[in-house]
Amino acid sequence: MSNKQVKAGSMESSDLVVIISQGKGLNVEINSIVKNQFGEQIKGLVMEIIEAHQLTDVDVLIHDRGALDYAIKARMETAISRYRKDV
Amino acid sequence: MQLKQEWKQQLVDTERTCNYMRKTMLFVPGNNPAMVQNAGILGASTIIFDLEDAVAQDEKDAARNLLKNALETIEVVNCQRTVRINSLDTPYWENDILDLASSGVDGFVVPKIEKAADIERVDELLEKVLPGNEIYLIPLIESALGVENVFEILKASKKIVAVFFGGEDYTANIGSLRTKEGKEIFYARNKIVNAAAACNVEAIDTPFTDVNDLKGLEQDVITAKSLGFSGKSAISPNHCSIIQNGFYPTDKEISYAKDVIEVAEKASVEGKGVISLYGKMIDKPIVLRAIKVLKSVGMECDFTYE
Repeated sequence: MSNKQVKAGSMESSDLVVIISQGKGLNVEINSIVKNQFGEQIKGLVMEIIEAHQLTDVDVLIHDRGALDYAIKARMETAISRYRKDV
Repeated sequence: MQLKQEWKQQLVDTERTCNYMRKTMLFVPGNNPAMVQNAGILGASTIIFDLEDAVAQDEKDAARNLLKNALETIEVVNCQRTVRINSLDTPYWENDILDLASSGVDGFVVPKIEKAADIERVDELLEKVLPGNEIYLIPLIESALGVENVFEILKASKKIVAVFFGGEDYTANIGSLRTKEGKEIFYARNKIVNAAAACNVEAIDTPFTDVNDLKGLEQDVITAKSLGFSGKSAISPNHCSIIQNGFYPTDKEISYAKDVIEVAEKASVEGKGVISLYGKMIDKPIVLRAIKVLKSVGMECDFTYE
């Protein structure tokens, strides 16, 4: 199935939306209201989770609304588990 | 000086329920990071992270993940953290326990408990998932059948530390209107408090659902305390301080308790059997209550008796 896409999280303050769709290779795009301050840290965390779950051939799009690390981890895990169920 | 054996046991029992008093149990929606991460500083003695009514059916997995990570990461001070799992007639409750048992959660609030077998199922699963765990259970009694069976329910698991009354569902179940005075829940409240006392667990009252009527809340807290409840749930952080203060012993109660202990100690030294204070006889239950009051406010009380 092509163009499979799943979503987790919300655009409320302190939350984030994670969208995972089928792709070629690994593409990660992060939009954050605190990108200047924490962009690198968020990216590091997201990549760590992707590697831990051995996720490949996906596009990961993140809209961050100032979420703490635990919330980023939680939403990523939810999105990955939904993606795996769907694919 | 030594404490009589029988008294010692009662003191141990008293301490079990008093070491931690669940005065305010605040509901916090389980899928909202902003609320979840700030829950510990809202003035409640216990937080109930809600996976049941506050979470949409297709978000149960997301809420579970969020709470698991939050409980593992965020520390709180002077506050217990419980999770209200989904009811046993849903496909979610087992995963709620599986995912959260190892997260550092202090207890589970289990909704819609109607009979002893219900709470036994939860106890068994929890023990299977994490053998020897110290996670406690608080059954939520919110139906006519649950109220009638409350004593059997509370006896069914050693993990139960408190019972929680849900007045809204109960009132809908018996077919009456929920009012602020609460005449329609009078019987259920009494029955639950009595069963809780018989089983030596705490009784937590139903929340006051009008967020803005703080006078009404104050009155409702007075009613609940006078009936014997040790705490009350809250659906808004605005309600925490009124509930917390309402269930805290008054200055008069604390000072009376100190006097009781003082005369009891004096009588003990002098070898007197009968004690009187302000013209009233002081006997065992009054001394025990005084100890309970002092312990509940964190005061040292090493009263001894021979």
